[in-house]
Amino acid sequence: MSKPKRNGFFRWTVARRKVLWAYIFLAIPIVFFAYIRIYPAFFAFQMSLYDYNPLAAEQPYVGMENYEDLWKELNKRRSVTKASFQNTVNYVLLGVPVQLCLALAVALMLNEIRFLSTPYRILFFLPYVTSTIAIAWVFRMLYQPQFGFFNVMLQLLSLPQQPFLNSPQQALPSILALVVWQGMGFSVIIFLAGLKQIPRTYYEAAEVDGASRWHTFRYITLPLLNPSIVFLLVLQTISFLRMFAPVVAMTVQGQGGPLDATTTVVLRVYREAFQSFNMGYASAMTVVLFVVILIVTIIQLRFTTRSIN
Amino acid sequence: MQTVTPSNLFKDQARATAVGRGRGDRKYRIFSYLVLTLIVITITIPFMWMISTSFKPESEILRRNLFPVEPTMDNYSEVITETELPIWYKNSLIVAMICTVSVAFFDSLAGFVFAKYQFPGKRFIFIAFLASLMVPTEMLLIPWFIMSSNPPIPVGGTWVDTYWGIAFPGVITAAGIFLMRQFMQGVPDELLDAGRIDGVSEFGLYWRIAVPLSLPAIGALSIFTFLGNWNAFIWPLIATSRSEMFTLPVGIQQFSSEADTPWNLIMTGASLSVLPLMIVVIIFQRYIIEGIALTGLKG
Amino acid sequence: MRKLLAIFAVAVIVMSLGAVALAQDDVVEIEYWQYNFGARIEAMDMLIEQFEAENPGIKIVHNSDIPWADFTTEIAASAPAGVGPDVVTLFYGWIPAYVDAGYLVPLPEEPFSEEYILENFVPMVANAKFEGSYWAIPTAVRSLALFWNKDIFAEAGLDPESPPQTLEEFQEIALATTQYGDGGQDVLNITQQGFTPTMQGQIHHWFREVLIRQFGGQSYSDDGRTVMYNSEAGCEAFRWVTEFELEHVTGSFDLMDGATNAFVNGDVALHVDGSFRVGTIRGNNPDLNYGVAELPVGPSGENHTFGSYWTHGLTRRAASDPARIEAAIKFLEFITTPEAGALWVSIVGELPAQLESASDEMLLADPILGPFSAGLEYASATFFVDERAQRQVLLDAYDFVRLGGMDVCDALDEAAALEQELLDDFWSERE
Repeated sequence: MSKPKRNGFFRWTVARRKVLWAYIFLAIPIVFFAYIRIYPAFFAFQMSLYDYNPLAAEQPYVGMENYEDLWKELNKRRSVTKASFQNTVNYVLLGVPVQLCLALAVALMLNEIRFLSTPYRILFFLPYVTSTIAIAWVFRMLYQPQFGFFNVMLQLLSLPQQPFLNSPQQALPSILALVVWQGMGFSVIIFLAGLKQIPRTYYEAAEVDGASRWHTFRYITLPLLNPSIVFLLVLQTISFLRMFAPVVAMTVQGQGGPLDATTTVVLRVYREAFQSFNMGYASAMTVVLFVVILIVTIIQLRFTTRSIN
Repeated sequence: MQTVTPSNLFKDQARATAVGRGRGDRKYRIFSYLVLTLIVITITIPFMWMISTSFKPESEILRRNLFPVEPTMDNYSEVITETELPIWYKNSLIVAMICTVSVAFFDSLAGFVFAKYQFPGKRFIFIAFLASLMVPTEMLLIPWFIMSSNPPIPVGGTWVDTYWGIAFPGVITAAGIFLMRQFMQGVPDELLDAGRIDGVSEFGLYWRIAVPLSLPAIGALSIFTFLGNWNAFIWPLIATSRSEMFTLPVGIQQFSSEADTPWNLIMTGASLSVLPLMIVVIIFQRYIIEGIALTGLKG
Repeated sequence: MRKLLAIFAVAVIVMSLGAVALAQDDVVEIEYWQYNFGARIEAMDMLIEQFEAENPGIKIVHNSDIPWADFTTEIAASAPAGVGPDVVTLFYGWIPAYVDAGYLVPLPEEPFSEEYILENFVPMVANAKFEGSYWAIPTAVRSLALFWNKDIFAEAGLDPESPPQTLEEFQEIALATTQYGDGGQDVLNITQQGFTPTMQGQIHHWFREVLIRQFGGQSYSDDGRTVMYNSEAGCEAFRWVTEFELEHVTGSFDLMDGATNAFVNGDVALHVDGSFRVGTIRGNNPDLNYGVAELPVGPSGENHTFGSYWTHGLTRRAASDPARIEAAIKFLEFITTPEAGALWVSIVGELPAQLESASDEMLLADPILGPFSAGLEYASATFFVDERAQRQVLLDAYDFVRLGGMDVCDALDEAAALEQELLDDFWSERE
């Protein structure tokens, strides 16, 4: 190629060349996303319109029947599907606030201390790197009646033993405890990073004004921490909406019991698709879940990202 | 929000260390120590229990003692010699490495392109990538399985029970591309233009200018990718049907059978799967904590 | 960049090298799948070895790594992809669902003619015709019997050699052998369990096919299409089961990691289970001093037991290729002979499905396997349309009584309604 002589021509080729290179660099990611992420999503949506049985040779088209069935199940007085949706909502409503409040409290305290600060940060973070499956077994053992750690402690304190995972009332919070234990460290560090972003001058000004600790928190820390809060809110809500592995690993035969008290939408999807072979119905459930996640995310982003003065 | 570059992140940190000092409320600090210590102890209980049980002989498993009366290494030798745990270990390591290397390369390259190039369809492609984050993975399991049994590139036959088959859904991630784009926006354009004038190729600009400047972010991304794939469960469960291809979580889940829950072996397997990562975290803690801070700032 | 390309090229070459097919033309390779259970794998490996020695043209790939809980998952994932087993082992109660989907092909007339099956196999296998065909054939079958711990009997001052003969004696012994720690008669104070109804295990079968008959009722109408256990007899039988935990406090599933493990570990006096548990005990606690007897008789004085089996079917995949199906049939015939059954019982503890070896004198005289073998004569197998869902229904009913404080009869009514829905769904599709 001959050397460009005029400036305009030079710019034009550089721009062209850059566009070309952009596409070359993106070629593999584009093919990957189209083929591994986007196309299968449409495929799943398509499956939800069929009576899709993975064992069968032919899959009959049934239109909206799977969605109608789902609607019927949700309106029954009692059904596993209904329980799975209710439990999932409970996981979100209970898990997200507990997780965020606890993490925020810990972060505020960690931000205050100097001595031992690093080891404490590491300890808070350690559970985050554990495998859910492995650690769920540990929690299952801790919860055992008679010989499990928690009940041994209760006995030492002369308190009545608790059934934990064996009780329809306590099982869901018991599983949640594992999730909070495992996920808290991550939130703590996000909050710590957020706290570091708040300019010190704000606090100095507040101190000069003689503002109380609560006032400082309410009118400086909380609003300025908004980006971190929104980020965690969205992230945690989505992850609780997709609860699966802890429930499989912590309930008897992975059934989400006792009495369907801990089963979740994703666990139902898995069971329906791979054990009852109703993949059409299971796909309909994932489509509904997808829509729910989408709506929740949009609402949260709308209502919580306000500009900060 | 301002763009984060490596330099101003460290500035933030320097500034932040001073925050606590301003409000030197002693009582509050003592209270903080007390509460934090209590929580830290609670957090370590499962680890202690897991490790202590892994040293208990079978006869002590269903007893109330917290620590083994007669500690034994039998569980470890049994798990290592009589189960396939060492193989699962290797498998997890290989799969996690494939994903980590691939994500570190492709995500940063794509992030670089989205941050520094203008081209038709950029917005559309970027949004299409991000939209994939909204789709629950569970929805894709069946299509993925069908795909891996009749792969688009039929080199090597089916993907089922291969490392590639376990790894492929995670070799490029939308979240990683997003993170890298945010980060690479902080790479000065002047540097790139200067490189172009010096005749550096476009790939060279990425490889020799953008990557070195983004190492903290790439490091953080790599660590999280590794962790995520090391602990992944549902896809490896479906993508493997032979135990010599199981990853650690899949293998540990199978210790418990229809008839039997060998708690001591499960706890040993759990300890072995968790401990190396804990050591990695302790060694690289600074990097990791900063890395999460970076991810978190992205909202 | 060049370096990168080189790496890529090497990777492609390595991948394609791995792809070079190793298959030789004159050998047919077929796949056999079963779930992971130590003794079953060992037995099948021996059978495969014998088979391959006799049939050098056939190679069997034995996949037995899948955990029991994930077995259907793997099959469901493999089928749409056109891979998976040619000969598959499945629970007899799953057959209707697999047949419905067209996953199984009927057993061929040669060698599995109706006369052959009727003449040679135990009644519950011979009765397993569905939609006019036989779809699967087992190597071995199982029945329920009573396990008792002789040491615990002796400690409680009972004769370790005389197991309970009736349900009343059963209850008395359960009460006499339960021991509590400090703090009195409470489930959480139990240190030694008399008897624990493990619904997740075999107790729902015991209720469905045994107890309810002994209390004078039946679980299903004769055509198998109507649920009938929510009757007076059903209530009585179900109450009898639930009272062990709720009234007599002789044990709980929640304790000691389940009654099955607890029995194997020597912490439970009485246990109702299948013959396959013999293998578990041999593997996990060979020193356990236990005995096996036929199930106790109830008020009616009749003997009943529940029979079930894991059975082998031929898949659509095998049928797609004449060479494969031929090999698969040969293999299936080989693993269901009386000789295979005899080998199976010696390793797994499951009883041979062929009458010739099931009614073997030695087997009937065996102190451990004899009672199971005797039970085969009067065993009944429930016709399940969806075994997992139907099991869950009764499990939930038990938990509603146990954890939710629901009345026994109400819980059964609810269970019956749910199960009836499953049956109706199934039958309505084929009319």
